[in-house]
Amino acid sequence: MSEERHEIRLEVNGASYDLAVPARRLLSDVLRHDLGLTGTHVGCEHGVCGACTVLFDGAPVRSCLVLAVSAVDTEITTVEGLGGPDGSLGPVQQAFLECHGLQCGFCTPGFLTTITAGLRDNPHPTREEAREMVAGNLCRCTGYHNIVKAVERAAELAHGTGTP
Amino acid sequence: MTTRLVGAKVQRVEDQRLLRGRGRYVDDVAVHAGTPTLHAAVLRSPHAHARIVDIDVEGVLDVEGVHAVWTWEDLSGPMADPLPLLIPHPALTQGRTQYALAREEVNYVGEAVAFVVADDRYLAEDAVDRIRVTWEPLPPVVGIDAARAAEHLVHDDVPGNVGARLEQEVGDTRAALERAPHRLSLDLAVERSASMPLEGRGVVARWDPDVARLQVWSSTQTATGVRAAVATKLGLDLAQVDVITPDVGGGFGVKINHPWPEELLVPMAARALGRTVRFTEDRREHFISSAHERAQLHHVEVGFDDDGRLLGLEVTFWHDHGAYTPYGLIVPIITSTQLLGPYKPQAYRVVFESLYTNTVMVTPYRGAGRPQGCFVMERTMDAIARELGKDRAEVRAVNFIQPDEFPFDQGLVFQDGRELEYDSGDYPASLEKLKQLVDWDGFEGLRAEMAAQGRRVGIGLACYVEGTGVGPYEGAHVHVETSGKVKVATGLTTQGQGHATVFAQLVADVLGVPLADVEVVTGDTRRMPYAVGTFASRSAVMSGSAVHLAAQRAREKALRIAAEALEAEVDDLEITDGVISVKGSPGASIDLGTVAVLSNPLRYAFDEASKAATQFSVGDPGRPPVPEDDEPGLEGRDFYSPERSTFASGMHAVVVETDPDTAEVRILKYAVVHDCGRLINPMIVEGQIQGGVAQGVGGALYERMAYDDNGQLLNASFMDFLMPYVTEVPESIEIDHLETPSPLNPIGVKGAGEAGVIPSAAVFAAAIEDAEGFPVTAMPISPSELFALREQHREQHREQHKEDA
Repeated sequence: MSEERHEIRLEVNGASYDLAVPARRLLSDVLRHDLGLTGTHVGCEHGVCGACTVLFDGAPVRSCLVLAVSAVDTEITTVEGLGGPDGSLGPVQQAFLECHGLQCGFCTPGFLTTITAGLRDNPHPTREEAREMVAGNLCRCTGYHNIVKAVERAAELAHGTGTP
Repeated sequence: MTTRLVGAKVQRVEDQRLLRGRGRYVDDVAVHAGTPTLHAAVLRSPHAHARIVDIDVEGVLDVEGVHAVWTWEDLSGPMADPLPLLIPHPALTQGRTQYALAREEVNYVGEAVAFVVADDRYLAEDAVDRIRVTWEPLPPVVGIDAARAAEHLVHDDVPGNVGARLEQEVGDTRAALERAPHRLSLDLAVERSASMPLEGRGVVARWDPDVARLQVWSSTQTATGVRAAVATKLGLDLAQVDVITPDVGGGFGVKINHPWPEELLVPMAARALGRTVRFTEDRREHFISSAHERAQLHHVEVGFDDDGRLLGLEVTFWHDHGAYTPYGLIVPIITSTQLLGPYKPQAYRVVFESLYTNTVMVTPYRGAGRPQGCFVMERTMDAIARELGKDRAEVRAVNFIQPDEFPFDQGLVFQDGRELEYDSGDYPASLEKLKQLVDWDGFEGLRAEMAAQGRRVGIGLACYVEGTGVGPYEGAHVHVETSGKVKVATGLTTQGQGHATVFAQLVADVLGVPLADVEVVTGDTRRMPYAVGTFASRSAVMSGSAVHLAAQRAREKALRIAAEALEAEVDDLEITDGVISVKGSPGASIDLGTVAVLSNPLRYAFDEASKAATQFSVGDPGRPPVPEDDEPGLEGRDFYSPERSTFASGMHAVVVETDPDTAEVRILKYAVVHDCGRLINPMIVEGQIQGGVAQGVGGALYERMAYDDNGQLLNASFMDFLMPYVTEVPESIEIDHLETPSPLNPIGVKGAGEAGVIPSAAVFAAAIEDAEGFPVTAMPISPSELFALREQHREQHREQHKEDA
């Protein structure tokens, strides 16, 4: 017997994709293996580490906990969609570069999307709020100090109060 | 003048890719290939110890999209033999390794039993569910106490569950202990934890029938090791196997073990099926079928004088190595030798037993036995100070090896079979810096101030010495292309340490080229087939030195050719921004790209620049175009192979507050003094320390492997195995560096990768003990354990009172 497939249209980083996928297929697998957007990483497949975080209409969502068939009717943004149209780094990406906010880089896309959403809701976080913003994502390399610094730096960059 | 890059906080070049989502990790490889990749899944043992009576795979091939299934019965040749015992040691008299797929018996929950390849992972897992195994469960051995009791055996033919027993002694320890004016004994314990990189293990393999060649991508810490193992096991020539290490999402030790069953099964399947095959481990699989570390029990007998000076130290310990011993005795040997830290023990005897249990095997995790050794030694130092009523820092200071005593030979044999001889260091200076950083002398004031508010605080410190940069060797190749761009290859692998940046810094400084013109490749056997791997904080020392030497060779050649072209003396030349010129006469210059053109006499011109190198343009007609002692091309290749390890060192201090009601531990201050010799990139070194400290906090306060008596791992998920989030790490870490260059290598560096995690268990135990006033002898410690300890000591006090009354 073969698996039933469902025709869906996903909107990712401003582009439309028509796909036929089994009902059980995870959004993370569709993004990575069907659309080739491998920047979204899977660290635990149970929604705890946050590496697979993408944005649904700007809000952070763990793509390993979402079935692709239920991800229709929303504008999805992955790490590949965070930069400028000219290929430049977005403010959060630039801040991570400047602050040494990544080492192996595996958890990084989830932090970048999470912080992008966090700064949209709270453009001027205090140190405590910056820590809170990343408190749901796991990183095994950095010890988080430089990630917290990057949140603050990204806020500056986004408001043009800092020079890159 | 080109700015010197070594020693500068240079931003990482690899981040440009990684930040854009353009990293290429193993599960990303071949996603864009023409033919769809097949996916593998593994049936794993649900039992910690059982005999396999029968495996029925009847139902599997009925699942649409399933291509093949293998059990041990289907393996042949070397694939049917046990996996290699990578590091044989004469003391490992009872070494055992598993099969790629279990044969007749399983010895831990998670051991690979059958291997299925299907169109996607979902279908492969459906198929795995249809395999029926008839098991005959056997009694499991779980934990060090059960292993020592040996009521049951893990392997029938290993008496007492003892895989190895090793003893080393310097001096006459028994006699020293008997003569000592003061004596103490301690019993200590450290539990299991694990590396737990955010990316698990993964392998992709493609067999190319057109050239009869196998390409393997693995998330490994040793590409050359995997290559040799795959070739041997599959009966291929080494020349038919390429192993490429893509971006690796963290290693921390666990990915140095090889070959994992899947590292052999995936290439085997790719070759058999003529398709690209992928295996990507899920998180539960990483918990139950990769490797753990740390679990040991220790007994210490120590003798000392009135100043707290060690006179004799005897340590006996029991090491849980799990079900198999592919990585030999490296971890307990490191514990037994690195335990000594910065101290002179006078007389030292250590003996350990390495024991089998029916649990996931044990291989190095960041620190690799050092955290346990540091815990034992530092707990002993604190116990001595307590016994004598002395300051804990003072007791350490009287035992330090002094700066004028280097090189200092501890008289033991280290993990690499070489002498444990420290190359350099300045421990008294480190201690002074640490005391300043954490305000050691002012702490009693803080304690009183906090006590007045009903708050309980404690301070602890811990010192360590870390043998880094073990051999046997690493190599590097530096190639200046005719464009002037420099391509560098070294064989060891990268898991986030920023090698592409630090090795480029070294090359840019030697060759006088801009950093942006240097590109570094690591862990690709096509580019550098001779290499060892990334472990033991060895990359900067080993590959860093090799890269430096190879770049110097390329520089020497560039200057020789340029001197000829410019009709100048080599000594009068300098290289700045990729241009070689005669000092003091900037007009006389030639760029490196042109030198590269001249270095390669050509018959055929392929562009304007290369016309300059054709046979009618260059060379002395009276001599061969390539002199006898030379080679074409502007390249440098060299290897670095040191006599022995470098020894980095450091000291940590922490101030904690313990909640009087809930027994929760809060970190108020964390200070690190670190000496890894010369710093190539201080930003990266500090990042390594911060990450190490966070891992250490996890190991000291949160992480443990919760096995039940049946050998089931109860917390095999990120929900239940508590790795620190940002909320668990100290808000700031005060870091100070000391730079005592290593005399053993050309760049004066020592390793930095593991340092941050080594003293954590020791320093937290010390601080909690200081806050609470009773000994802390087992780590990690959870709030409920600390609470139980309080109750126990309260009870003891009550009993004591009753007796006294």
